[in-house]
Amino acid sequence: MSTTRLTAGFLPLFDSALLVLARERGFAEAEGLDINLVRETSWANIRDRAAIGHFEIAQMLAPMPLAASLGLTPIPTPMITPLVLGLGNNCVTVSDTLWQAMLAEGAPGNLVAGPTGLALARVVAASPRKLRFGVVHQTSSHNYELRYWLAASGVHPDRDVEIVVLPPPLLPDALGAGVIDGYCVGEPWNSVGVATKGAHIATVKASIWQSSPDKVIGMRASWAEQHPELVSGVIRAIYHAGAWCADPANHDEAARIMAGPAYLDQPVSLVRRALSGMLDTGAGVSQTVPGFFIPHASAANFPWQSHALWYYSQMVRWGELKPSPQAAAIAAASFRPDLYRAALKPLGVNLPLADSKLEANRQHAGPIAGVPSPFTMLPDRFFDGEVFDPDQLDAYMTRQQQADLPAG
Amino acid sequence: MSASELSILIIDENRIRASIIEDGLREAGHTRVVVLHDVNQVARTIQDSDPDVIVIDLENPQRDTLEHFFSLSKVVQRPIAMFVDRSDGAMIEKSVEAGVSAYVVDGLRKERVKPILDMAVSRFNAFAKLRQELADVRNELEDRKLVDRAKGILMKTRGISEADAYALLRSAAMNQNRKLVEIAQSLITAADLLGP
Repeated sequence: MSTTRLTAGFLPLFDSALLVLARERGFAEAEGLDINLVRETSWANIRDRAAIGHFEIAQMLAPMPLAASLGLTPIPTPMITPLVLGLGNNCVTVSDTLWQAMLAEGAPGNLVAGPTGLALARVVAASPRKLRFGVVHQTSSHNYELRYWLAASGVHPDRDVEIVVLPPPLLPDALGAGVIDGYCVGEPWNSVGVATKGAHIATVKASIWQSSPDKVIGMRASWAEQHPELVSGVIRAIYHAGAWCADPANHDEAARIMAGPAYLDQPVSLVRRALSGMLDTGAGVSQTVPGFFIPHASAANFPWQSHALWYYSQMVRWGELKPSPQAAAIAAASFRPDLYRAALKPLGVNLPLADSKLEANRQHAGPIAGVPSPFTMLPDRFFDGEVFDPDQLDAYMTRQQQADLPAG
Repeated sequence: MSASELSILIIDENRIRASIIEDGLREAGHTRVVVLHDVNQVARTIQDSDPDVIVIDLENPQRDTLEHFFSLSKVVQRPIAMFVDRSDGAMIEKSVEAGVSAYVVDGLRKERVKPILDMAVSRFNAFAKLRQELADVRNELEDRKLVDRAKGILMKTRGISEADAYALLRSAAMNQNRKLVEIAQSLITAADLLGP
């Protein structure tokens, strides 16, 4: 079989694991793909180099294909994703000073988003200056989940605090230098902050919104159109990498590969925390987070259009986009479950029947309709109990808009 | 011209490259050029210099920060667009390939900005070429050292002259269709393994 070389951009984050493992463990090769991995320094570079065709595929922030397709980026380009690189992997990490203040205001220290957020709200209300939080990019899950957590805890993310953007590897240093008070980022950069800057992990994505997407494989829509076989090969290679990565018997090797100098360039023991969910949350306290990073279970790689629509709702919520039925349609169409199914159907694996689902309505693990048989979905609740029904998009956005208005 | 002269801000952590670009712009008659090495000062600098064009090194990890700053800037009231003209695909590609990205105040005419960006791109390319040449020279020096060591080993073990040792290495390289330096490296490795 002849081999096709694909150039793929990625950032040093644990959730690049499935892309890296697809190459390192031979899953890409088995599909006739030679994936040439290029480590980038910023999400802006990933976005621009993917848009002009330097990268055929790239690890992207899940809202990025939407933003590019909706014309919110400097080089507006229709982009799609046929595949999600896993669920979870983020934390909100704060400085020791902020953490002590939060403890004094009743933070339980158990990573649970609700009470931790209320403690933070009390600190924010009493603080003589605006606290400053870092996120990795404007159109990122990190920005939207941090904002969601703050807003639902009674902190308006634009009025009450300041949110700035810094690339992931620079966040721990910025925290250490006192430039920011906290940040929301994927692993290993929370654990690095804990290990090197005395920071504390306050809460985790898995508590703000369980089983929620974070990174995807993004590509130009035109390229996907022209190369359906390559797209299918990429989907299968990464699907297999996800199954391999999910097996606890492979965690040591996966961590060792990801810790290497070409990828995360961090100690193996620190990198492994994302896989086990056993985090050092600060000052030597160890806590285990179920479903911290989900590479395979719960249809983790399936590009739900309801996820795309949730991102759309948050872009509107925070003033990045004017809502319209056309924009919502473009947003939903940038997630491509049809391509996912076409690639995996020949393998006979379980595939969800629907393109969209009711989000955040599942309190316990349970079945969802699939072919050839149903499969188990993990709990997917928002910490504040809100449900997102993609068929009631406007009502959801109106409700949030009203809640975000200043009190009085 | 002076009344409408464009103000240009260069953000590059590489001081040598930044000064090469600055020189080029000044030679081309631009006097309102500000160079910034530390992106952390960008807010104040933008306020002070009120740039029409910002040229930033693509490898600068803080591009994300800069873009976010633009998107919510109270300082720069005007909307900012990246690159000269969004529709100018070739120009964009040329820039990104050279490693330079530019942010241009919206509404500036393309003809005014293009020469600036062209200059930045050619200077970036020239700098990359310079760096490559330097690396090549370094490699060449390293190669020569290896060949000298291999010659020394042959001269000592086989009791032949330097010219004969060199001829032997060269014929081995030609016979095996490999580079001279590779044969030298193999010989040195073998000698180290077998060595006294």
